[in-house]
Amino acid sequence: MASASSKSAYWRGFKDGAPFLLVVGPFGVLFGVVATEAGLNITETMAFSIMVIAGAAQFTAIQLMQDEAPTLIVLATALAVNLRMAMYSAALTPHLGSAPLWQRACIAYFTVDQSYAVSAAQFEKTPDWTLSQKIAYFFGAVTPVCPMWYVVTWIGAYAGTAIPPEFALDFAIPITFLAIIAPLLRTLPHVLACATSVILALSFAWVPYNLGLLIAALGAMMVGAQAELMLSRRVKP
Amino acid sequence: MIDSTQLWTVILGLGAGSFALRFSFLGIIGKRPLPEWVLRHLRYTAVAVLPGLIAPLVLWPAATGGELEPARLCAAAATLLIGITTRNVLAAIFGGAITLYGMMYLLA
Repeated sequence: MASASSKSAYWRGFKDGAPFLLVVGPFGVLFGVVATEAGLNITETMAFSIMVIAGAAQFTAIQLMQDEAPTLIVLATALAVNLRMAMYSAALTPHLGSAPLWQRACIAYFTVDQSYAVSAAQFEKTPDWTLSQKIAYFFGAVTPVCPMWYVVTWIGAYAGTAIPPEFALDFAIPITFLAIIAPLLRTLPHVLACATSVILALSFAWVPYNLGLLIAALGAMMVGAQAELMLSRRVKP
Repeated sequence: MIDSTQLWTVILGLGAGSFALRFSFLGIIGKRPLPEWVLRHLRYTAVAVLPGLIAPLVLWPAATGGELEPARLCAAAATLLIGITTRNVLAAIFGGAITLYGMMYLLA
């Protein structure tokens, strides 16, 4: 009985994860193309997607390396992009924290925007699910998303070598990131954080080693958090 | 050209670091909840890092030697506008790409 319900939880996760193929597919192809354009070979491009498995951080690292930023700055900035993964980890812990260590390690590796988003929403709706049902659901959501990330990266890496420079692929990263940021601007604190990030990054562009971006990111996070705090105080008398 | 030693250091370091972030609470800290002020800052990481990363790329594109360029500027504006109105990442990417190529064709 337990295994039967785990099975149905798995397929429910699969069904909920499947629509993200439409996002992950083109995004991964684009990473393969951009990485190839930056001079990475297939092995290096694939290693990137398999080891890191986080699109925005991968694009960030490639861009900064092309700007000849020092290794430490590349790592710090790309990891800052991935800080949200710690938040996902914290959010999943009440639901999946009692799984065996090796399973938690697997879950951690496959914690990406999509698997987190659908799982957090689902576990909220069905808090009475058993641990095995929740784990089955999580891996169900991972199944269509993560293997596809590797496949489309590979496709992009092969296609990338065939695309001539007239196609202005230098602008693929800005367009992709703008498209990711725009839907995130859903509250005033998000808008303020975004504006702070742009203003500080441009004003501190002269700081060596691309440190200006880290300064901007730190400042923007503080502005967002402070704005949220002030707004919530005003709502609650 | 990206140096191969740097590249592999970044791939391995970023892979290990990203795993550490994902494993942090799930693996080590367990069920203890995060302080609210930490969560509040973490909510803004994406909008804090990414806009700053791309702002110089939009205003001073390397492909034009750092000169402001109308096709790229319009493409950026179109992407942002479509993204905000539709909340659809793919629609914004395609809209931005079409604007970029359209403007490049018109200005050529």
